[in-house]
Amino acid sequence: MNLYKYASPAMFYPLAGKIIPWFAISSAILFVVGLYVGFFVAPVDFQQGDAYRIMFIHVPAAWMGMFLYVLMAIYAGIGWAFNARLASMMASSISITGAMFTFLSLVTGAFWGKPTWGTWWVWDARMTSTLILLFLYIGFISLQASIEDTRRADRAGAVLALVGVINVPIIYFSVQWWNTLHQGATIRILNKPTIAPPMLAAMLIMLVACWLYSVAVVLIRLRQIIVEREQNAARFAEVVT
Amino acid sequence: MRSLSEFISLGGYGFYVWGSYLFALVAIGGEVLSLRRRKKSSDKEGR
Repeated sequence: MNLYKYASPAMFYPLAGKIIPWFAISSAILFVVGLYVGFFVAPVDFQQGDAYRIMFIHVPAAWMGMFLYVLMAIYAGIGWAFNARLASMMASSISITGAMFTFLSLVTGAFWGKPTWGTWWVWDARMTSTLILLFLYIGFISLQASIEDTRRADRAGAVLALVGVINVPIIYFSVQWWNTLHQGATIRILNKPTIAPPMLAAMLIMLVACWLYSVAVVLIRLRQIIVEREQNAARFAEVVT
Repeated sequence: MRSLSEFISLGGYGFYVWGSYLFALVAIGGEVLSLRRRKKSSDKEGR
């Protein structure tokens, strides 16, 4: 089987259509399971009471915001370097979902900060760098929307996306590099997690649910972008001939 | 198992916790709805 053929939008379109429902359905199931574990199995936290339950949406949203940015920059870079249209369209599709999750992480963070820190917002290193991440997404989206020629829009977006990647490690390590109000990482690759197993389970299930959701919605939007670009090309051809 | 009113108030944190999840529902639901609307408008043009 020749996998490269799926790099062409025309071949990719029906394949994506076949796999989307699987991601959408499993995502919906895992959201329900994750919320069930998070609200009915996980115990009350001895320090934060029930306020910590915001974590089950806040942490996955923040992770998705960062992961999707890196993924978007990689696709934008591939689309630029190899002149691969589908990769550029993928980057455009990811940008909306990434911005949504970043915004969600900021809002849920404010909802968590108010009862635990006494404030909705502080100009703390992690929160400020996450706000910059949201601005990078918004910059990418509006830059692409403002350029008529789609391939030029793709290239301009790729430059912005790749330059902005530097912000992701800054967000990740901000709690170690600076003295911040935001708490440090709960999950580390080499150390034991510092939370109870049902809390960890609920958070990981929600993270997987957010991943599956992202795959489904990004592929749906990608198919949509393929259709729209084709319509644009057809309209352009009509004007020329 | 706690009672329904205890579950809703969540030890006084109900507003913040439910506010977070309500916003998540609005954000995710909003993304899905706007995508559906986008598809409808291009379907119309395609015909």
